[in-house]
Formats: sequence, structure tokens, C-alpha cells
Amino acid sequence: MSDDRRLRDDGRTGLPSATRERRVVARVEKVTKVYRLGGHDVRALDGVSIDFLEGDFVAIMGSSGSGKSTLLNLLGCLDRPTTGRYVLAGEDVASMDDETLSRIRGRYLGFIFQSYNLIQQLSVVENIEVPLSYQRPPLPGGRERCLKLAALVGLGGRLGHRPTELSGGQQQRVAIARALVNNPQVILADEPTGNLDSATSHEIMDLLDALNHAGRTIVMVTHEDDIAARARRVIRLRDGRIDTVSENRPLAPAAEVPALP
Amino acid sequence: MVLRGALPRVARRAPDDSTRVAGATAVNILQQLRLGFRSLMLHKLRSALAVLGILIGVTAVIWLVAMGEGVSWQAQQQIKDLGATSIIVRSIKPSEGSSREAGGRMGIAYGLLREDFDRIVANVPTLQRAVPMREISREVRRGEQFIDAQLIGCTPDYFTMNRLAMARGRPLSELDMESYANVAVLAYRAAEKLFPIEDPLGRTVQVGQEFYRVVGIAADRNAAAAIGGSLDARQYDRDVYVPLSTFRSRIGDRVFTMRAGSTQLETVELSQITAVVEEMRDVDSSAGVIKSLLERYHKTVDYAVVVPKELLEQAETMRAMFNVLLVLIAGISLLVGGIGIMNIMLATVTERTREIGIRRALGATRGEIVQQFLWETVVLSGTGGLLGVAFGFLCGPTVTALRQGIQTLLPEVWSALPPNIRNLEPRLAPWSVIAAFAISVGVGIIFGIYPARRAAAMDPIEALRHE
Repeated sequence: MSDDRRLRDDGRTGLPSATRERRVVARVEKVTKVYRLGGHDVRALDGVSIDFLEGDFVAIMGSSGSGKSTLLNLLGCLDRPTTGRYVLAGEDVASMDDETLSRIRGRYLGFIFQSYNLIQQLSVVENIEVPLSYQRPPLPGGRERCLKLAALVGLGGRLGHRPTELSGGQQQRVAIARALVNNPQVILADEPTGNLDSATSHEIMDLLDALNHAGRTIVMVTHEDDIAARARRVIRLRDGRIDTVSENRPLAPAAEVPALP
Repeated sequence: MVLRGALPRVARRAPDDSTRVAGATAVNILQQLRLGFRSLMLHKLRSALAVLGILIGVTAVIWLVAMGEGVSWQAQQQIKDLGATSIIVRSIKPSEGSSREAGGRMGIAYGLLREDFDRIVANVPTLQRAVPMREISREVRRGEQFIDAQLIGCTPDYFTMNRLAMARGRPLSELDMESYANVAVLAYRAAEKLFPIEDPLGRTVQVGQEFYRVVGIAADRNAAAAIGGSLDARQYDRDVYVPLSTFRSRIGDRVFTMRAGSTQLETVELSQITAVVEEMRDVDSSAGVIKSLLERYHKTVDYAVVVPKELLEQAETMRAMFNVLLVLIAGISLLVGGIGIMNIMLATVTERTREIGIRRALGATRGEIVQQFLWETVVLSGTGGLLGVAFGFLCGPTVTALRQGIQTLLPEVWSALPPNIRNLEPRLAPWSVIAAFAISVGVGIIFGIYPARRAAAMDPIEALRHE
């Protein structure tokens, strides 16, 4: 809340660029990840360091085996680095135990998957609600917020539907609403358009764009160039290392960032 | 694509409010139950079969305990009818070897004496009353009708002591005793047999050469517990009661009996003395006094002392043992039901690996995953338990319907059934209902722990990749 206010204040004071003022929400520092596979050590990540700024939209690319999935798993607190530090929202999560990591995921992260990963026996609104049931302490105004988010992603009229009754694009919108419900610091998207046709892909990307413009930090793994082109920065990985970092456009000055309602 | 409407804002965590948290817990449990139910509805047949396993187990517990309680209640009632504060002393014919000594031309003499009665009255301090009785089997006639009756010589106290109510007429009176009156009270069934058409009151019945005027008819009465070494329960429906004084003057102590073709003369003064004490706690000591009195004056053991209170205690022990056995049997069926639940939950966990991965990614801890699957097993076993309780309550009506069915469709089978079965009234034990339900839920939790832990142990990354 205080961060949002600061963004607005910066806008009013008319600073030339908000970039310097932007907070780092996630910092990866010299992270390595080593797997043991068939008696051999496989270095999936080899000294990766990146900062993710608040309001950033980053695409991670790379061929298979480049370490992009491993990086996303680490960013998503689903895995711990072998060495190095990972600071998320000011907390060093590299050495946290399983339960604390679960809480961190529930509090700071939103997930969007390639295959939507909705829970089949739950309705649209119940799927959106799932992360709320793991908030300790519980967030106030749960159901109401879910309804607003469903309306936000354009599914206000299908609240009671089951995932099987929705198209792929609609399912991914439910997943996006679900990723927003806990008001996360970072939204992690793993090939969010991988299962969609190109028209629907661009609709989903429009939605992510809009969220980014509204101030959301998004990290997305993709192997499609046209999808990656919609991100602000593109990080290419090769053999567990950062190969190139390119910037499609500058980070919008804080003044242009619409204030969060 | 533009955002439709503003992004809703969440106030960051409000300060911990304990009342809201407590309220949230109740809501949370309801939500968990609902979620569990929904997940189980994914596989209706499979879940229904698991529920059936528990249902049968719970119903079995309730029914078996109800049957056992019914049987033991019957036995206890019969014992209670003897009177918990009474001590019953009965004459017993000694075994062949010892009876020879007292035998000879005069036949054998054994059993309780009128002196014993006097001694009991004089020596038992806590005695409320003592009731003497003499009985023999005799044919009782009324014109063409006759029955093999139990002719009972007794005092008016006998009726109050045995709680023999009168259907019509009056019981025997002191005046009947004093005047050696030839009057009789008939048991209800005896009256029915002897007087199929006429009104028995005021008419006479014949015993040997003597005639007795019927002054009363006793109300129908259930059998009492077996006493005095006889295996049969004490039946009251063939009784014909006459005053003890009349019995002595008309029939006497010496009785010829036909046994194995030879006639034997037996001399018995009293068949039974029932001593009633004031308080339950005096029963044991008074029984001791009576036993030592009898031991002193009787050379052979030609009597038996029966203490209904002891029988009652024995019956209680039997009941407890019986219940343990039934609970064991029913417990096995619940165990089988539990294994069924475990089987289904293991299948469920494997099938829902991906859901587990999703929930873990969205912030669920291992503990929360364990909880979720435990709630599901609780829903399964709890549903089985509730339905089992419902079916358990049908025990009484089912037995009644079964009884009526056999009675009307298979009358010969019905008459062949022992009376204990024919009269069986299952008695639903509240503890068994509560215990069966609690055990069923407990079984669900115990057998749900392993599948739930397996679900929670999954690596979220692997689980998310699971197809």
C-alpha cells in the first residue's frame, strides 16, 4: 500500500524517471542449481544474477535445457538454489523450510501455467478462491474480491461453470484471476499461451499487458518470439547462464503508471 | 483487451483478531466438509462403495449390541422378577446314593421342613418376611377338560412377593388359610384351558378326589429365571394356587410319584421358602445366616439356596462379556470398511496428484494438504457412520417385521423357535450408537492418515508435471 502511494507521489513531484525509484521486488544473486541425474551432476543454473523491478514485465527465453524452467521454479519458491541468494519482497527465501516457502508462495506470488491447472471439481469462482484458503491470517473480503476479479477478466457471467465447460482462453483467464486474488508481488507465468491459438494468445497477452500497466510485476517463460516481444525486457538463457538481456521499451515513468485503485 | 473495471484492492493483513479467527474456523470446517464432499462426488460409485463398507460396520455394531442387550435384558427381568432382595431356598431331591439311606419302606424324606421355616423367621434379623410354599404336579380337571397343572400350596404373601396380579376375583386370603378352605386361584392360561366357555369364578375344579372353588384368576405373567437346578425358566401359566393349610390337610407331605415304572413315596414338607430382606445390602449376610442354619440341621444337602442378586450380578458379567464379543465382531467389519476407505483414498491421491501440485504452488503447506485429504476421509466415514446409525435405528422395526413375517408365513418354524428368540426385543443401546459413530469417524481418520501423508509428501514440481 505504501509502495503504491509512493508511486503516485513520485508522479506528482514530476521526477524525470521512476526507474531509479522503483523497488526491487525480486533479486537473484549468483544462483546455481545442481541436479544429480544418473550419477552425474547437472548444472541447470550456473551463477545467474537478475533484479526484477516493481512493475517490470520480463520474458525469459531459451532452448530446452537452458535452465529457464529451473529459474522459474526457483523464482516461484517451488525449489531452493544450491548456492546463491534469492530475495523476494525483502525476505531471503533461499534457506527457508518447506512450510515457510508455502506461505511465501501464498503471500507474494501468483502462478499462471501453460495448461491452466484449474481444479476440475471446482467452479470458476471457487478456483479463483483457492489461494485465499491458504492465507494466514486470512485476507478480508474474499468472495467479493473473487467476483470482482472474475468480472475483471471477463468471466463475470460464468461464475458457476466448471473448467471443462470453458474454452482454453477462458480457463487461462480464470487462472489469471486466481493469480491476482492474493494481491501478489510477482506474477509468474509459465508459457501462458503455449496451449492457445494465436488469436486467443494475443487476448491473453493483452490481459497481461493491462495488468502490467496497472503496476503488476510479471515474469513469463516463453519460447515464442512474438509473445516475448510483448514483454518489456527479454532475458535469454543458455546452458544455465544469462546469454543476452534486451529491452523492448523503457520502464514506464511512474507518472504514467495508473494508480492502483 | 482492456481490464474491465478497476483492479480490486486488498487491504494488507488486518491485525490478528481472535474472535474473527474462531468464527473463521467454524466456517472453515464447513468449507472443508463441502470441499471434501465435492471431491468425493467426482467418483460417485467408488465413494458410495466406501461409504457402504462403513455403513455395514456401524449398523452391525448397533444391531448386534441391541440384540445382545435385548437378550440380557430379558434374562435380567426374569431374575429381577424373583426379587433382588429375596433369598430363595428350594428342596432338592438328593442323589440316588444318599437317598437310599433315608429310604426303605417309608420311601424317602428330604427337603425343607416347617421347622426350617420357623428357624429362618426366628434367626434372620433383617428379615422382612418369609414365604413358604409346597408344590406338586397334579392333574386338575373340570368336567371333560383337564390340565397337568402345578398345584401350589401357598400363603397370601406368595402373591404379593411374586407380584402376581389378579385378572379377576381375589387372591388367597388369611381366612382361607385359617379355615382350610377348598378354594383355588387359577393361572390365566390354566383358567383358559379348563373353562373354555364358562366363567370360572365360583365354579369348582377337581384335584384327585377333592373339589376346589375358583375364587380368582391371576393375570398373565412372563416366566421368571430358572432356579433350583432346573434348567427351565419358571413358568407361571400352569399354576393352580391353593392355601398352604388346605394343601397340607388334603394332600399332605407324603406323595406317591411314578418314576420309571415304579412307584415311590416321597415325604417333603415344603418345596420352597422365600426369605425377603429389607435392604439389598443385607442379602449376602442373610443368605449366609440361612445357609449356616440349614447346614446345621440337614445331614444331606437336600436344598439349594438361590440368591437372585447373585444371578443378576452373573448376568451382568455375562452381558459385559457378550458385549465385548459383539463389539469385537462389529469392530472387525469396521476395520474392513476402514481398509476400503484407505484403498479408495490412495487411488484418489494418485489421481489428483496434479491438484495437489496446484494447491502446493498456490500456497498450501504439507499440513494443509494432509488436512484436506483427512477431511475427505472423514466425510466418507462420517457419511457411512450417519447412515449406519440411521439403519441402526431400524433394528427394532425390522425384528418386529421379521417376527410377524415368520409367524404368518412359517408358523411351524415359529413354534419350533425357543421362547427366548420368539420374545426377543432388541434394545438399542445409546452408547453403542455413539461408540459406533465415533469409531467409524476414527477409523476414517486412522486409515486416511497414510494416503493424506503420501499426498503431502509429493514434490510440488513433480506433482505439477504429473499427467
